[in-house]
Amino acid sequence: MTNGECIIEVKGLYTRFGSHVVHEDINLCVRRGEVIALVGGSGSGKTALMRQMLGLEMPAQGTIRVFGEPLHGHDRGKLQYMRNRCGVLFQKGALFSALSVYDNIALPMRELRTLDEGMICDLVMLKLKMVDIEARHASKMPAELSGGMIKRIALARAMALDPELLFLDEPTAGLDPELSEGFVKLIQTMRTELPLTIVMATHDLDTLVALSDRVAVLAEQRIVALGGLPDVVGTTHPFITNFFRGERGQRALGNTGNVL
Amino acid sequence: MMPEDQRSNSSMILRRVTGDNGAPRLVLTGNCTVAALGKRLHALSAELAAYAADPELQWDLTGIEQMDDAGAVLLWRAWGSRRPPHLLLRPEQERLFNRMKEAPAPPAPMPRNLLWPVTVLGKAVFLLWEHLIGLVILIGQMLLDIKYLISHPAYIPWREISANLYRTGAQALGITALVGFLIGVVLSFLSSRQLQMFGADIFIINILGVSIIRELGPMLAAILVAGRSGSSMTAQLGVMRVTEELDALTVMGIPHSQRLVLPKVVALGIAMPLVVLWTSAVALIGGMVVAEIQLGLSYQFFLNKLPDVVPVANLWLGVGKGAVCGMVIALISCHFGLRIKSNTESLGEGTTNSVVTAITVVIIIDAIFAIVFSNVGLR
Repeated sequence: MTNGECIIEVKGLYTRFGSHVVHEDINLCVRRGEVIALVGGSGSGKTALMRQMLGLEMPAQGTIRVFGEPLHGHDRGKLQYMRNRCGVLFQKGALFSALSVYDNIALPMRELRTLDEGMICDLVMLKLKMVDIEARHASKMPAELSGGMIKRIALARAMALDPELLFLDEPTAGLDPELSEGFVKLIQTMRTELPLTIVMATHDLDTLVALSDRVAVLAEQRIVALGGLPDVVGTTHPFITNFFRGERGQRALGNTGNVL
Repeated sequence: MMPEDQRSNSSMILRRVTGDNGAPRLVLTGNCTVAALGKRLHALSAELAAYAADPELQWDLTGIEQMDDAGAVLLWRAWGSRRPPHLLLRPEQERLFNRMKEAPAPPAPMPRNLLWPVTVLGKAVFLLWEHLIGLVILIGQMLLDIKYLISHPAYIPWREISANLYRTGAQALGITALVGFLIGVVLSFLSSRQLQMFGADIFIINILGVSIIRELGPMLAAILVAGRSGSSMTAQLGVMRVTEELDALTVMGIPHSQRLVLPKVVALGIAMPLVVLWTSAVALIGGMVVAEIQLGLSYQFFLNKLPDVVPVANLWLGVGKGAVCGMVIALISCHFGLRIKSNTESLGEGTTNSVVTAITVVIIIDAIFAIVFSNVGLR
């Protein structure tokens, strides 16, 4: 599934918040069809890097190209086309609180201006089915939903236009173990059906082990290790040793001994 | 990169052929995705529906390179939400259409209630009642808090009161001065032109003195503060609700009314009379400047004459109005702020309602003062 082509290309990226340096000369290539996980301690800049890939923040220096296009280009049509090919699951869902579940998922479809309401209705129901939400919840407002449901509906919204590139920011944070396992299964199923490239930032080792093809470890302002999980675990770096060789790490890795 | 883009842009093509066994076949090739179909979607759905009318037609979808949910829905709807009798699919397409079959029906829309004018009116009345009860409860709670604080002076929230005084009082001086000065100038200019016609130039001092000190100063200040500080108080409490800070205070055993509402009410109760005095003074200066230019009344004469023609009771009335309006504005803003629910729409709606209500109530208070004190301070 994976080939050599870069779907996201990060070159010589520097990030500074005031005098605080977060990233120093980051280079990264996300290949088509892979799941790449960004790992790092709190404050290591996982979320900052992802926000820059999304064009929400400007790097102090360096370039990011998504689908070969610079993120801050001036061609409106091209930018919109690129946006339509990306889906984002924010950490807290970021559902529009003024819109019902149905309208939240329908919004990106309506914005296309090419689909009629009948098709949108079928599509929304299909997406809800995909994330295992019953139809009776469709008219509810986000404030009435539980955290797990918000996450799943936010995923449905992120997948509304069947994007090729999906960003997941802490996809399982705030979910109980059972729900987060279900969430991981859901993303695995989607991968089998759709040609998805996924960039995710996560703390959760189980999610990491279950989903990622490659892991990029952020520490000391740079990427200290990049590669398949076994290679990364084999690297000697204090953060990696702590993160993967700790008790929790051993347990998560042990569960999937066949992966290693 | 480019060839990939080219491929995903090539739209779906329909080709009707006759199969080996003589049966008609429809071969679909290209990309059946929402991005590739783009504006063709509409025309295509009609075309597909026309083909679907023929039950003998064999559908061959194996040539399609990519198909997303939207493409599948397009076909599914053309087929009338069921599979056509003769259909050739690839396994992944099979899964897609199987999911389509399992998709639940959308919930039925709510039936329209014919009694809606009655229910809307009823809801409005109940809402008004709810607000009244809420305000009474808030005032009662505040009185209890004051009683508690008198016996436990260590808990008096001095810092919050001081911060609110600065924010609602000191920081409002600029805008109230600007507006007050301009109103004074305009009022003085218009009145002096009228008075000149009757040779009654001297009465400009009476007109400016009474109208600004008794009415305009307090009202201008109150309306500006309601818009400025009232909205910020409501928004602050509303955001605290959204971010669960209010709940955090509750679980720490710190009552909202004592730590959030009371300091605002006290601070605005103190700041407003001072802002009223300031606004009136600046407006009078504005009027005085124009009187000098237009009518040649010297500043000294104006200031000497002012206490003689405007009884001091007017000043007390203005300041008293300011204190009452200030406390009422803070109470209303806090009441609306605490009612905000944790969603963005409620936040906007609550802030609007708070400012509109505060300004309306300020004007009602002014009218009540005008009636009650109609015999005071006028000659």
